[in-house]
Amino acid sequence: MTHQLLFIVFGLICVAGAINLLVQRHPISSALSLVVVMASLALIYLLLGAEFVAAIQVIVYAGAIMVLFVFVIMLLNAGAEERTRGSRIALFIGVPGVIVLAGTVGWLLMAGGSHMGSVSLNSSSGSSSFGDTHAIANLLFRNFLLPFEITSVLILIAIMGAVVLGKKEG
Amino acid sequence: MDTTTFIIIAAIKIALVVFVMLTGVAYTTWLERKLIGRIQNRWGPTRVGPFGLLQPLADGIKFILKEDMIPDNVHKGLFILAPMLALAMSLISIAVIPFGNTITVGGHTTALQISGVTHSGNAISDINIGLLIILGVTSIGVYGVALAGWSSNSKYSLLGSLRASAQMISYELALGLSLVGILLLSGTLSLRGIVESQSGTWFWHVPKWYIFPQFIGFFIYLLAAFAETNRIPFDLPEAETELVAGYHTEYSSMKFAMFFMAEYVNMFTVACLASLLFFGGWHGPTLAFLPPILQSLLPVLWFALKVFFFIFLYIWIRGTLPRFRYDQLMAFGWKFLLPLAIANIIVTSFIVAWRG
Repeated sequence: MTHQLLFIVFGLICVAGAINLLVQRHPISSALSLVVVMASLALIYLLLGAEFVAAIQVIVYAGAIMVLFVFVIMLLNAGAEERTRGSRIALFIGVPGVIVLAGTVGWLLMAGGSHMGSVSLNSSSGSSSFGDTHAIANLLFRNFLLPFEITSVLILIAIMGAVVLGKKEG
Repeated sequence: MDTTTFIIIAAIKIALVVFVMLTGVAYTTWLERKLIGRIQNRWGPTRVGPFGLLQPLADGIKFILKEDMIPDNVHKGLFILAPMLALAMSLISIAVIPFGNTITVGGHTTALQISGVTHSGNAISDINIGLLIILGVTSIGVYGVALAGWSSNSKYSLLGSLRASAQMISYELALGLSLVGILLLSGTLSLRGIVESQSGTWFWHVPKWYIFPQFIGFFIYLLAAFAETNRIPFDLPEAETELVAGYHTEYSSMKFAMFFMAEYVNMFTVACLASLLFFGGWHGPTLAFLPPILQSLLPVLWFALKVFFFIFLYIWIRGTLPRFRYDQLMAFGWKFLLPLAIANIIVTSFIVAWRG
């Protein structure tokens, strides 16, 4: 009961943050709304019993990546953005696209919800090993070692690319 | 344990810990002024009370009574939010720190830790990602500093907060990686679990603390922790000769005091973490002749002594070392501490794997 109540509260905060991210005109306000979204997502993970994922969500996204975003915005001293009237593409393709997407996801959840995997909201820690540190370590370093290492190399290449571009500018 | 007792016990623990922590913070400022005074052949505060002991109280009253100014052209919401964020985040991390094992008062056994929970049969468990929570909360605390500087709309504040956030992000990496060695040895992320894995002795009377196998990790942790808390020799964000006061230049009254308190609470957190991870937490000699209630409070004393040692070290180093140059700071973090931390992890994991 408490879990479901908290889930609804944090879900609402998450959606409110996401909407605020789009509505705000100042880049800092938008970035901070994104931090709120990240933090409430982490709390939802925590409610689902995935403590490790929740902590990593906070440390990596809210604590490192978003700090860099804020840092760059501060360095560039970006001012408030001007509001345009919106492109016509958004109206003619975007809005129907969103409706189709929402409809499909909703229909899938309604029709196929019974044979999808489910996670109980009321699971106390220990009953499910979903998302705890050992389970994730086993998945990453045993079952999916090769994809994990390839992803690491990809990220490394991106970093090296950034360094090369940075050197060229200076 | 029913819900009402749980809530009452939790509330008592929270009130007690916050009171002790804030008093400790106030008296750390007194200790710092006294010690720095002695190091520089002065007396430090002597006027208010015996040995200047009431000085923190006088400072507190002064901070509350001073005019709370908000300069024109600041981003008002963020300007007010920033000190709150900094202080709140530094206080949250205290919640997961275990100060001792358990205590039994009036038939109720409870953990000497805010987030420790007693379940059936007096077994104690705490949050199983305690260490990660501290790291995560600390990384959110960067926003307090960053937003304070930006929202002040002043060049000194902005420069200070840019320095602070760059420094904190850089040293967070070395800090996190320096702890991985401990995690490999203990096999748990729970702070209580890490402390319990350090009970016993290696040989003769040498305690089984992680400082001995992980002295390189400890060295990295200590240096990174100094940088994380913006203390000398890494206090570039508030270098008063260059930046007036860095990110809190425009703050006055209680808002300034909140930054000040946040910095000192962070010092405590870092000192607590060092004692828990490297110095066996609450482990120490047991004195069997004491009554049970003192027996269960004795570990708290050992823990407090270890924390005090680190606080003393902080102050001692402040009285001894000059400040780094900014490029030296960055080069030290990225080119020395980070590779050393990674090498430490590799060597430790090889040894752990070899021993099976």
